[in-house]
Amino acid sequence: MSQPTLLGPQQFLVRKSFVELNARERAQALLDEGSYRELLGPFERLESPWLLLQGVVPQADDGLIVARGQIGGTDSVILAIEGQFQGGGIGEVSGAKIAAALDLALEDAKKGHPVQVVLLLETGGVRLQEANLGLEAIAEINSSLIALRQHVPVVGVIAGMIGCFGGMSISASLCSYLIMTREARLGLNGPEVIEEQSGIEEFDSKDRQLIWSVSGGEQRHVTGFADYLAEDDVGAIKNCIIEAFARGIPATHRSEQVDDYLKRLAAIDASHQLESSEVRKLWSKEKQL
Amino acid sequence: MERLHFEYAASQPIKQRAHVGVVGSGDLEVLLEPSPDQKTRVTVTTSVDGFGKTWKLVMDRFFSRYQYAASIEIHDFGATPGAVALRLEQAVERSRS
Repeated sequence: MSQPTLLGPQQFLVRKSFVELNARERAQALLDEGSYRELLGPFERLESPWLLLQGVVPQADDGLIVARGQIGGTDSVILAIEGQFQGGGIGEVSGAKIAAALDLALEDAKKGHPVQVVLLLETGGVRLQEANLGLEAIAEINSSLIALRQHVPVVGVIAGMIGCFGGMSISASLCSYLIMTREARLGLNGPEVIEEQSGIEEFDSKDRQLIWSVSGGEQRHVTGFADYLAEDDVGAIKNCIIEAFARGIPATHRSEQVDDYLKRLAAIDASHQLESSEVRKLWSKEKQL
Repeated sequence: MERLHFEYAASQPIKQRAHVGVVGSGDLEVLLEPSPDQKTRVTVTTSVDGFGKTWKLVMDRFFSRYQYAASIEIHDFGATPGAVALRLEQAVERSRS
């Protein structure tokens, strides 16, 4: 398991940042050299039919890159969400691209040609301009993911800076393995949403230290919601992906450990607001049943 | 949101299509494809209204330097004129490689 130490100045200079890459560049960087092939790329012009009607500029690939190729010499497909386009929001088209790719991977696996599936998650969840269709798309993604992960492991990567929120945080949690960086965040509701719904006393969405201490990659890793904490480096993230796939399908997926999680929730003293350090103590890996 | 169209006479054929950029804040996406005739046609969809004149100046300058016959589609999310010119340049460069 990777528990990286902080990079020294030399290592910091030679690393290749993954966070700074856009979705297409991320997929290209992770696939073995020369193996990258894009499906339903921008020239297919499979863009959202709903955004223009609402005066929003669409993107030709609807912000979702489907890339085939190899990772560590094994056939793989990467589904990369472009976080810079509409905050990585999932619309009808981008959601359908993910769900369809997962279904194709399931077909391949059933035929005896398993393909490694990697989700690069950078999303605020449903794209609000396509609310109901986005919700339905995420439901389809999640049911496809659950069907697929019984045949091949599905690896999710949350690199940052958007993070992974809303319905897609459920998809992240359904992955067989989840890789996060320190810069990344994972949560059902984003900080602004919590503040708006419950007040600034409950959660101050400007308090970066608070936000990362609750939903940041380090906290999510220590408390067992993410399997790997990777440095923001293309090579480091690719190594984590290869290591995760080498572990095969988990005996029980995190989302199947319902009784364990219910027991832990029941043991929490809800009379006061938990500090992140307390959560670490209660939910640390060693405590896992 | 605004849609703009530009057309220029062109002589040099484009080798292959090219795609650059992202529809993200201050950036734009360029889809460049070979044109079926001796013309360059540009369609711009921009999130910022009222800058038609500036777009025309940027396009006029770019296509006074390059004579490529191309169909170009631009999805803009508030890129500056400099960023637009650089993305166009990058798309042309990529279509050559």
